[in-house]
Amino acid sequence: MPDEQAWREIAIGGTEINPGSTERVNTGAWRSEMPIIDFSRCTHCMICWVDCPDACFEISDTRLAGIDLDHCKGCGICAAVCPTHCITMVPESSVPVKSSESGA
Amino acid sequence: MQIHLPLSIRWHGRGGQGVVTASRILASAALRGGYYMQSLPDFGAERSGAPISAHTRISETPPVDRGPIGEPDVVIVLDASLVGQIDLLGGLIPDGAVIVNTPDPDSDSVRRLEVGARQELWAVDGSRIGMDLLGRNLPNTPVLGAFARAVPVLGLESISLALDELMSETFSESIIRANLEALRLGYDQVRQVLQTEVTANA
Amino acid sequence: MTTKQKASITLPAPLAINGGEAVAYAMRQIDPEVVAAYPITPQTFIIERFSEYVADGLVSTEYINVESEHAALSACVGACAAGGRAQTATSGPGLALMFEIVWVASGMRLPLVMHLCSRALSAPLNILCDHSDAMAMRESSWIMMFGSNPQEAYDQAIVAPTVAEHPDVLLPFANVLDGFTVTHSVERVDVLPDEDAKSFVGEYEPERWALQPGGGATFGGLDANDFYFEHKRQQVEAMDNSLEVVRRQLDKYAELSGRKMSLVEEYLLDDAEVALVVLGSSEGMVRAAIDQARADGIKVGMLRVRLFRPFPVADVRKALSGVAAVGVLDRAIAFGAPANALMQDIVMATRTLPERPLLMDFVYGLGGRNTPKQMFREAIDHVVLAKEQGAEPESPAYLGLR
Repeated sequence: MPDEQAWREIAIGGTEINPGSTERVNTGAWRSEMPIIDFSRCTHCMICWVDCPDACFEISDTRLAGIDLDHCKGCGICAAVCPTHCITMVPESSVPVKSSESGA
Repeated sequence: MQIHLPLSIRWHGRGGQGVVTASRILASAALRGGYYMQSLPDFGAERSGAPISAHTRISETPPVDRGPIGEPDVVIVLDASLVGQIDLLGGLIPDGAVIVNTPDPDSDSVRRLEVGARQELWAVDGSRIGMDLLGRNLPNTPVLGAFARAVPVLGLESISLALDELMSETFSESIIRANLEALRLGYDQVRQVLQTEVTANA
Repeated sequence: MTTKQKASITLPAPLAINGGEAVAYAMRQIDPEVVAAYPITPQTFIIERFSEYVADGLVSTEYINVESEHAALSACVGACAAGGRAQTATSGPGLALMFEIVWVASGMRLPLVMHLCSRALSAPLNILCDHSDAMAMRESSWIMMFGSNPQEAYDQAIVAPTVAEHPDVLLPFANVLDGFTVTHSVERVDVLPDEDAKSFVGEYEPERWALQPGGGATFGGLDANDFYFEHKRQQVEAMDNSLEVVRRQLDKYAELSGRKMSLVEEYLLDDAEVALVVLGSSEGMVRAAIDQARADGIKVGMLRVRLFRPFPVADVRKALSGVAAVGVLDRAIAFGAPANALMQDIVMATRTLPERPLLMDFVYGLGGRNTPKQMFREAIDHVVLAKEQGAEPESPAYLGLR
C-alpha cells in the first residue's frame, strides 16, 4: 500500500510522477443512483459522453456502447442532458447486480 | 569651497524640476571620477510640484548611511519659492556652501535663506537658461553646472559624460545637446555672492 | 565585503545604479523563461527596468502582465512546474496578496525566485521599509537572504537560482532587499560580464518534475492525511540541506566575483564584550555606531545575519560565544509573541551556549522611521548597561519611538 511509505520514500512536493492514478480508484462505489440507458430510444448524439464529468461513457464504432460503472459516481448529469430522455437514474439498491459486473 | 570627503549634497526643489535626475547625474559623475557615491531620492510618494529633496554622497569608501542627509556640506536650491516653506539650510555645516537658482541674488527670498557668515552663497539663473535652451523651467542641469564651478570636486567634463550617458537612455540627441549646453552655461554664469553684497542690501 | 578583483579578468565598468536596477540587471543576465509581476512601490524599479529589457529584446523572457500579485506568483508556479525558470518581485501588501501561493510554491518544491523589496504592511497605509512582510513569510519554507546594499542585491540575485535549483534543495528563494534604502539608493555596483553570470547560473534542467511531453507529472494534487505530513518533513530536510548549499554557492561566487559573502557577517566581534545583531540595510549605520562607541572605549561588535532562512544556528552560536550581552534589532513586531522574530531565533540559537549571553530586544525603523547612527548608539549603551548590571532589562525597547 502506498500510504505505508515513509517520508524519504515518496516523491517530493506531492508530485504524482505516474499520472493516471485516478483510474485505480473505484469511484463507482460512491454511487447511490445508477444510470440505465434505454438503447431503443438512444440516437447516439453523444451529448452524455461530452457532459459526463468522469468520462464514463464508452464508445464502440462511433456508437454509444455502455457506461464504465467502476468510475460513474451517479451524478445524473447524463440523465438531465439526454434529449430523448433515454437515460434514467434508478436507486442503486433496486438493481440486483453489483456495479462492477453491470458495466458494458 | 574647500573640498573634504566624504562630501554630502542635499538638493531641494519641486517634483518635475529634475531634482532626482540631477542628483543621479552627479553621483554617476563621481563614480567616473573614481569615487564611491550614492544618490537617494526622497522616500515616499512622487508628486509633481510638491517640495522634494534628493541626496548625493561622494566618498572614498563605500557609503554606510542610506538615509537622508541631515548635515550637508552643500545645499542646492532649485526653486527659491521654497524659502520659508522648508528648512532648506537645516544642518548645513558652518563652512558649507549654498547654490541657489535665482534671477536676483539680492532678492528677498535669498536674503531670507540667512546664509551663515562662513558659508558660501552661489547664485545662477538656472530657470532662464532652462527656458532659453529647453523651453521649460528645467533648472537642474544649469545648476549642476553651477555646482561644478562652486564645488570643484568633479570636473565639468565628467559631469557632461555622466549626463550624456544617463540621458541617452531616454532622450533624443537634440535634448541631450541642449542639456549639455545648459550645463556649460550654468558653469559659466554662476557667481559667488559675497556676504557684503547681501547684507548691504538687507 | 571586499571588492578585490582578479587582474586577469576584464570586468565591465562599475555601474551607478540603484538596488532595483541592480536586480533587474541580474535578471537580464539570468534571462528566466518567465517573469510575472505586478508593479508595487518600492519594487517598481525592478519591473520597470526588466520590462524595458523585454521590450528591447535583450532577454528571451516571456513577461506576463498579471492582474494581481496572487496571479503573478501563480503564473510563476505554473511556469516553474512546466519546467521553466521563473522569477517575480514584490513588496509588502503585494506579498500579502501572494500569501496562498507562497506556501504553494514551496510545498510544490518549485525553485522560483522572488525579489522582495521590504515594505511595511498596512494599515495604517505605509509604503516605506520595515520587515513585517518578510517576517510574515518566515515559516513558509522559502530560503530567505537579506541583502544590505545595491551591490548585494545584484550578487544575491545571481546566486539565488543556483541555490533554489540545487537537487538537494528545490525550494523557492526570496532575495530580500530593504525598500527604498536599497531599492532606490543609487550606488556603485560591480557586475559580472554577461557570459560569466550566465555560466555561473547555468541552465535550469529539472530532472523529472517538468510537465513536458513524455515526462509528464501531476502537480498540486490532493495530499490528504495520508501524505501531507511526510511531504512537510521532506521540506524540513530540504531546508536543512540548503544551508550548506548556500555556503558553497556563496564561496563559489566569491571565486568568480572577488566579493565574499557569508551566511552571517561579523564586525569587530573578536574581542567584543557586547554586540548588536541586525538584518538588512541598517548594518551600515550599526557599524558606524560601533565605530563611534569603540572610539569611546566600548568593546562592541556586530553580527549581521544574511541568511535568515534556514537560520544559520551554528554560525550564530560561534559568532556570539564569549559575548556577554547582545542586543537584537528587530524591524518588525511579532504581536503577542513572547519575543519578536529575530530575537526568537537568537534566543534559541544561544540558549545552550556554556555562557549564554544576556539578551535584549530592540524594535526600530517601523514604517520607514529613520535609523540614524545615534539611535544605534543608544542601543549599544543599553546593552552595555545590561552587561554592567548583569541582568536582562525589560524587553523589547522601542528605538526612535516618540
